[in-house]
Amino acid sequence: MPVVKAVTCPVCGSLCDDIELTVENGRIVKVKNGCAMCEAKFLGYCGEHRVLKPMIRKNGGLVKTTLKEAVRRAAEILAEANYPVLYGWSSTSCEAISVGIELAEEVGGVIDNTSVVCHGPSILSIQNVGIPSCTLGQIRHRADLIVYWGSNPWSAHPRHIERYTAFAEGRFEKSAWRSYVNKVKALVGRKKLQSAIKRLFVKKPAPVPPPISEYKPYPFITKEGRKLIVIDVRRTKSAEIADYFVQVEPNKDYELLQAFRMLIRDQELEVDRVAGVPVEYLEEVADVMVSCDFGALFFGLGLTMSSGKLRNIDAALSLVRDLNMRTKFIIMPMRGHFNVTGANIVFTWQTGYPYAVDFSLGYPRYNPGETSVVDVLLRKESDAAIIVASDPVSSFPRKAAEHLVKNPLIVIDPHMNVTAQMADVLIPSAFVGIEASGTAYRMDHVPIPLKKVVNPPKGIHPDEEILRRILKEVRRIKKKEEAA
Amino acid sequence: MEEKPKLKVTLLTGRTIEQGVGKEWGKSSKEYVESVSVCYMDPEDMKRLGVKDGTNIQVSTAFGSVVVKAVKSLRAPHPGVVFIPYGPWANVVVDPETHSIGMPSFKGIPATVEPAPDKPVLGLKELLKTVFRKG
Ligand code: SF4
Repeated sequence: MPVVKAVTCPVCGSLCDDIELTVENGRIVKVKNGCAMCEAKFLGYCGEHRVLKPMIRKNGGLVKTTLKEAVRRAAEILAEANYPVLYGWSSTSCEAISVGIELAEEVGGVIDNTSVVCHGPSILSIQNVGIPSCTLGQIRHRADLIVYWGSNPWSAHPRHIERYTAFAEGRFEKSAWRSYVNKVKALVGRKKLQSAIKRLFVKKPAPVPPPISEYKPYPFITKEGRKLIVIDVRRTKSAEIADYFVQVEPNKDYELLQAFRMLIRDQELEVDRVAGVPVEYLEEVADVMVSCDFGALFFGLGLTMSSGKLRNIDAALSLVRDLNMRTKFIIMPMRGHFNVTGANIVFTWQTGYPYAVDFSLGYPRYNPGETSVVDVLLRKESDAAIIVASDPVSSFPRKAAEHLVKNPLIVIDPHMNVTAQMADVLIPSAFVGIEASGTAYRMDHVPIPLKKVVNPPKGIHPDEEILRRILKEVRRIKKKEEAA
Repeated sequence: MEEKPKLKVTLLTGRTIEQGVGKEWGKSSKEYVESVSVCYMDPEDMKRLGVKDGTNIQVSTAFGSVVVKAVKSLRAPHPGVVFIPYGPWANVVVDPETHSIGMPSFKGIPATVEPAPDKPVLGLKELLKTVFRKG
């Protein structure tokens, strides 16, 4: 059975490129090295929810049609629209995104990618403050302190810790995995001892968890190797493996960030608690940050989505800037979809702006809050939409999604996702990274090639090809109109 | 009439590994639907509300109201904080306000939770039909 090595996993922004796939009769039967999400994608990509024929809505229902007809209908919708939305792009190749932008310019619409609902605020902040960053390889080999803030890699980027940070075996920094195992053993031992003592001496155990006001830091036993700090509103799985866990009250990240900035500048805090956390504990954590040799702060949607949004990121970037006066520190957003970074990069190459680009005046304009897709939808301005490799109906607030499905909706996606069920024209596509090759950018802005491992089902093309056909058809329709 | 217990909470939405895996199997798969039509609650809060693991509850915000299944959180204690994974159910109740930067508010939304043992959790198709009248 042929085994394909060094395959890139097209799921999350970690873009692990060490996956090994066993292929049998043109199907993937075994996945090695991947996490649960990776396995689900490689083994489930051809499941029952796959769309195999283009479809068009007729009398309220979706009916099968030919690719030619679907492309023609899609092009008609786009050519007729005054202000179409072109959205998605984070789960396809850079090559397809590039054609998408050309299409947006041709039809004079607003093109936006999914970063608008994940790290959009981070981008705005980075434009304000700047960002000291590096590649994940540097972190793997050199970082001796890792901080995850408002991010739960264990669930969202399952191999991030193992490949790039605390549990990675670097050249100059060793993996903290073994000492973590020892720590857990010690903790379990201690717990057993405690409960034995309780059973013997205490009659009535009181297993009531303490309210947040009686904040107790996570039990901490010093261990060797890299240190891991997790700051989050919930005690996530990632928090459980951390050396320090700071449980911040919801929507109080900004205060906590500013408190850390003060502590790092040796200023005194004249309160007992910040964001529900005792100041002594914060001082301890701040000490760890200052005394590392090379720290890396990864932040997730816990910062960008909660109250303060971009201001939280401003504060986080400033915190890292302050830390760089005492030691070396870098900061990086944890990007979700595998090519959302690539979407930002290709958008910037071609239009000058990373997302929320409006072509309605014939030249690119960028003003998030006005030209961003959720705002366009909430103001009910768009009159058609094309969604590529994304599922906004399941990720946008209801009000925004309502306007999206009310107008003619074109969906290009391999799966029958929630948005596809609402489509007026549905064109199935090949899975990029499985059935089509291409390029994607990892969260640290390193481009990584995606492999074609198996052939797509008959009659199914990659996004790039479908978009090219639509673009060609749009141009043909427009030419005809001009001539008439 | 007896006043039904109601709890004022802060609603967070976010990713879970089950949702991450479910979405790769496909958005209409059982795995996906089951992973996102739930609400993780603090066990103490559940007691206060008188609901058990698996009881249907109604989560309401200023933007909408949705019935989901209560699930005991493994991440407790987090009293006063409930968590619904990203997905069509969560979207009914999240705050669309983008504060003029393009990003809706998905986390930290004031909400109330009440038991709804008689109301069903809608399936994906029914949910979409009621919300969008299409599909
Ligand atoms: S961590 Fe992300 S890129 Fe790596 S195998 Fe898992 S899903 Fe794929």
